[in-house]
Amino acid sequence: MPFILRRLAFYVVAAWVALTLNFFIPRAMPGNAVQSIMDKFPNLQPSAYKALEAMLGVGHPGSLLSQYGNYLVDVAHFNFGTDVQSYPASVSSLLAQTIPWTLTLVGTATVIAFFLGTALGILAGWRAGGWLDRALPGLMFLQAIPYFFLALVLLELLALKLHWFPIAQGFNGELVTPGWHWDFIVNAIDHSALPALTIVLTSVAGWMLQMRNVMITTIGEDYVVAAQAKGLSSRRVVVTYAARNAILPQLQGFGLALGYVVSGALVMEIVFSYPGIGLLLLNAVDSNDYPLMQAIFLVITFTVLFANLIVDLVIVFFDPRVRAREAAR
Amino acid sequence: MSALSALRNLWRRLPLKARIGAVLMGVFVLAAVIGPEVTPYDPSYQNPSPSLSMQPPSSAYLLGTTQSGQDVLSQLLVGIRLTLELALLVGVIATVLSVLVGVSAAFLGGFWDEFLSLVSNVFLVIPQLPLLILLLGYLPQKGQLATILVLAGLGWPWGARVIRAQTLTIRNRDFIAASRESGEKSWRIILYEIIPNEISLIAASFVNTVLYAIGASVALAFIGLADLNSWSLGTMLYWAQSQQALQLGAWWWFLPPGIAVALIGTALVLLNTGIDELGNPRLRSARGTEKIAGHRVWPTDPTPVLAELVGARSRVGAFLHSFSRDSLLDDTSVGGDLR
Repeated sequence: MPFILRRLAFYVVAAWVALTLNFFIPRAMPGNAVQSIMDKFPNLQPSAYKALEAMLGVGHPGSLLSQYGNYLVDVAHFNFGTDVQSYPASVSSLLAQTIPWTLTLVGTATVIAFFLGTALGILAGWRAGGWLDRALPGLMFLQAIPYFFLALVLLELLALKLHWFPIAQGFNGELVTPGWHWDFIVNAIDHSALPALTIVLTSVAGWMLQMRNVMITTIGEDYVVAAQAKGLSSRRVVVTYAARNAILPQLQGFGLALGYVVSGALVMEIVFSYPGIGLLLLNAVDSNDYPLMQAIFLVITFTVLFANLIVDLVIVFFDPRVRAREAAR
Repeated sequence: MSALSALRNLWRRLPLKARIGAVLMGVFVLAAVIGPEVTPYDPSYQNPSPSLSMQPPSSAYLLGTTQSGQDVLSQLLVGIRLTLELALLVGVIATVLSVLVGVSAAFLGGFWDEFLSLVSNVFLVIPQLPLLILLLGYLPQKGQLATILVLAGLGWPWGARVIRAQTLTIRNRDFIAASRESGEKSWRIILYEIIPNEISLIAASFVNTVLYAIGASVALAFIGLADLNSWSLGTMLYWAQSQQALQLGAWWWFLPPGIAVALIGTALVLLNTGIDELGNPRLRSARGTEKIAGHRVWPTDPTPVLAELVGARSRVGAFLHSFSRDSLLDDTSVGGDLR
């Protein structure tokens, strides 16, 4: 089976596992989710009990198998039910409002952090023992800080004390109205600069450390020595010989680390009151809004799986060995 | 006595980074052990006196007080214990699980290997935090034990993957074949031959899991998915955030727990890079440049050719040199360069 088809099959399995977990967790967990929702919202009528049961699937209408079938059909139609907290909005409409924010912010910041970290890692690995390499332990401290805590500190220093950045939210509702026009875009970028900076600062050290380590191992390889012996310029040896090969494990790591970065970024959004999925998730947790929590889990998982698939495509593009192995078959 | 000297030997072999990490970690473990015994106040005691609300650090309250007059230092000392306790337990359980899964996948081979590898890879690629939130959100009690079990239940795949790969290579070494030929049972080979050879890998995966457990548990508590009546570093941050410590300018309230988390994290990362460097000498920090005949030479530069280096002088140096007797003898060009 070609590499990319094999990966695709793997992601389908992973997606199925996530779907199934999502189906069984509410049914297998101890405790009464419906009751806890009723407790949170005292103004709900007792008749809402049955409706909530049906929504969470704990009332067991029909056999488990038919429930599972219905559930899969619902998910395929992006039908995640009605939201408990902001009734009668549907969960999918809430998701549609927040996903673009998170995707733009986390996507852009992660890509910036990846390229910056990789570039710095190349330099640190090539000049092992140089000033950049010796700065690594300091950067590790940055990496060890939880995303949301760095967000708190940056907010205190740069927004509250120095007034360089706006304090919270995705845009200033008093100045601009959301839409595709210049004022709004500038305002939104202004507001997302600090959250993006937080993501870049905390994740850059990880990429850098990994790239440095792979670079150091790669530089010891014979073909790098051979390239130097040929008298190629240092720049050419670094870029086309050492870094070109060292970037492959880095790409694989990118796929795996993505889930971690996204998780961290979600919690960070809370600190900035950024109108993304993270804030939605916090509200869902606060109010025991189970349908929303479940939908968010699925959406995030599917996004990460999709991003992983793209990374795999990039790997096929970058690594001729993957293609050669297929051609040999 | 021999165990002690073995320990001392290990300490000497550890790279500097790992030693700094170990010392830093030791400080926090010490704080976790004796901290709750030496807290100056009851961390939950809400001092009713309004003059003690949100006090900046003073001699009576070394790290200041919260909005309801609770002592931040006492909370921190109790919190470090709870957080470390949770993280270490998660580390132990998850590492045992990953050794079990990793070794049995590599040893059983065939279907079981495919199956166990698939399961670990699937759980690696599914983002952890939303799943953790879902699991804990549905739990009626979000106490310490529930968090430990859920975190450990999701924390093993990375270790399992690494250990499986290592077991596969060790399995094909000659000494394993030899012990199998001599009639050793499989479990004996695993326990006495394979696992001791993977101990540095297992240690690294333990440290990583502890790191993950601290990050995840603090994040979960920050969202409010923890026992909010207990004091951990995460719940401290939760209360600081939900009672607007930042907006009220009470930096002494949210900085200490966050810095503690960051320092514990740094200690663990340093320990781990140290363990890495122990196994892979190439990663150890090189000394950087060396001066050869007045030129800064990096380890990665091509080996300098000495004949070229003789005349490598600055312009002024070359000018002065031209007056000397040596300049009549050597025939290198003035100001010859490395490249």
